Amino acid sequence: MSATTVDLAHAGAATRRPSYLTRLRARPPGVLVGGGIVLLLVLIALLAPVLAPYSATDGAISQRLWNVGTIGHSLGTDGQGRDILSRLIWGARPTLVAGVVPVAIAGILGTLLGIVAGLGRTGVRSGIMRTLDVLYAFPAILLAIAIGAALGPGVNNAIISLSIVLIAPIARVAESEVLRLRAADFMEAARASGASWPTIALRQVVPNIAPALLVYCTSLVGLAIVYAAGLSFLGLGVVPPHPDWGGMLNDLRANLYDRPLLALVPAFAIFIASIAFNVLGDGLKQLFDVHEGSAA
Amino acid sequence: MPGRDTIRRTRAEDITLRADDTRQVLTVEGLEVTFKRRQGEIKAVRGVDFSLTAGRTLVLLGESGCGKSVTARAILRLYGRSARLGGSVRLGETELTTLDDTTMSQLRGATIGMVPQDPSGSLDPLRAVGAQIVEVLRRHDVEPDGPKARVIAAGLLERVGIHDSQRVLRSFPFELSGGMRQRIAIAIAIACRPRVLIADEPTTALDVTVQAQVLKLFTELQRDLNMALLLVTHDVGVTRFVGDEVAVMYAGRLVETGPVGQVLDRPGHPYTAGLLDAMPLPGIPRGALRAIPGRPPGSDEHVADDACALAPRCAFANAECSHHRPPLIEVAPGQLAACDVVGGVVPRSTPLEAAHA
Repeated sequence: MSATTVDLAHAGAATRRPSYLTRLRARPPGVLVGGGIVLLLVLIALLAPVLAPYSATDGAISQRLWNVGTIGHSLGTDGQGRDILSRLIWGARPTLVAGVVPVAIAGILGTLLGIVAGLGRTGVRSGIMRTLDVLYAFPAILLAIAIGAALGPGVNNAIISLSIVLIAPIARVAESEVLRLRAADFMEAARASGASWPTIALRQVVPNIAPALLVYCTSLVGLAIVYAAGLSFLGLGVVPPHPDWGGMLNDLRANLYDRPLLALVPAFAIFIASIAFNVLGDGLKQLFDVHEGSAA
Repeated sequence: MPGRDTIRRTRAEDITLRADDTRQVLTVEGLEVTFKRRQGEIKAVRGVDFSLTAGRTLVLLGESGCGKSVTARAILRLYGRSARLGGSVRLGETELTTLDDTTMSQLRGATIGMVPQDPSGSLDPLRAVGAQIVEVLRRHDVEPDGPKARVIAAGLLERVGIHDSQRVLRSFPFELSGGMRQRIAIAIAIACRPRVLIADEPTTALDVTVQAQVLKLFTELQRDLNMALLLVTHDVGVTRFVGDEVAVMYAGRLVETGPVGQVLDRPGHPYTAGLLDAMPLPGIPRGALRAIPGRPPGSDEHVADDACALAPRCAFANAECSHHRPPLIEVAPGQLAACDVVGGVVPRSTPLEAAHA
């Protein structure tokens, strides 16, 4: 018998687990492209004081509304003569913060609610999920505007309102992942070995639902950036004169007919940032091998 | 001042039995398991009695869907609130069906161990084997110190026949073969030296040669640790190999109990006889196997309380069988069977004779 056991042991040694690094080198272009752009955005935001050629808040009225391609102001100037490139670079900061922070907050709260709902009794689950369904019933951007308007303008309030909006979808994904996991044999095995529900939630549930949630949250960042820009566009986000892509879009909208290219600059920046996070999310899905449908 | 923990600890220790205890360790009386569904209640187990003795193996035998696994899980109260338990399950002197949840989860994995059916699914795919064994050791305070617990874990792996323990401790479940994973699941189940071990079809997912090794391991461990073993299986061969006593289950009830050799050689119930006839053996010509016609009643089918559940499938059944449920009666010393019609040993021809007839 012992000889057979040793053979079994060696049979196991043949299969080596490919590390994430190996898989990263091998495949998903989404991670490289999306991740690359995201990394670039982060660097731009961090190095804004070094990179921005002019002040983001002070302009010269004499230089107002110079078009894209003007020498010295390559992306033009806005209605108050401020350099658009500089404002774009500084504006990367609130844009990223308003994209990532609400998703992080909602990610933690939503996952917690989803786990409690998924592991809890039918009554607890219905209570949590039906309450969240009420939030879900409103169009997300409308709800964000309503909460944002109630709280008043400012980055912090925009973050709060977006966090509330994003809790419901994240909790829903977390709950469905937990329910899928609940059927797994190792959950029962953990119970049969004496583990309590909190232990199981921490040791078994969180690690096993983490990839799917990470993928989903990454693509939600793209959405949050668009929503945050929308709030700023409506004057509910970053307070002027501080630069923000949504606010810039609103400023330059006034000159859409005489200087159409200028408004396109922040619009394009929002578009690129949002797409980058979505592409990164798709790439991570391949990297983590998250099955289709679970993160949708 | 005794903290809450101390109180709990004493309670769990009260229940722990002495190693030299040869009495009945676990007694199940009139166990009923009822699931509430939207369509109504499903009675999966309808009154089952048996007891487990230290150092002895009881095999729960029956087709799929007869309530064997439900019985095994209900002992550990793994269904939580989704199932209603009736009757009584006693561990030593302690009633488990009414025990508080905290003490119950302290018993799980410590005093009562469980080996799951499918070793591939029952280990957490994201954590190394060693971490999973150490977790159980620490949870039940066998060895709270991490590095020391790892040494014990290595010893446990050696104990279940894994000689490459250091490498296996670092491995993830998917890196190991099915037989290895089942050995690890067994190591986890016996980590806290349980008094009772419940194994739910522990060899069904394994190939035949590994099955024999794992079953042999079970009997060795049982002897060494003086455990009471409850083994659930649908395999008559497995029953004969490991069982001391056997309890044959059909439609949520016991239809026959007794010593393994006696029951399998001279069955007193037509269902047991049917299981034996349906077992393929070397030398039986093609086509000679006799299957029991039909299938057990499904969860959505009504089973009358005052009828023999086997009647629609039974060759011996008469009109009386659908109006009267026969009780378990002694058909031979120590052997009980629930059939009035046969009332003794089921008359059988061997499959070979049947083939020539």
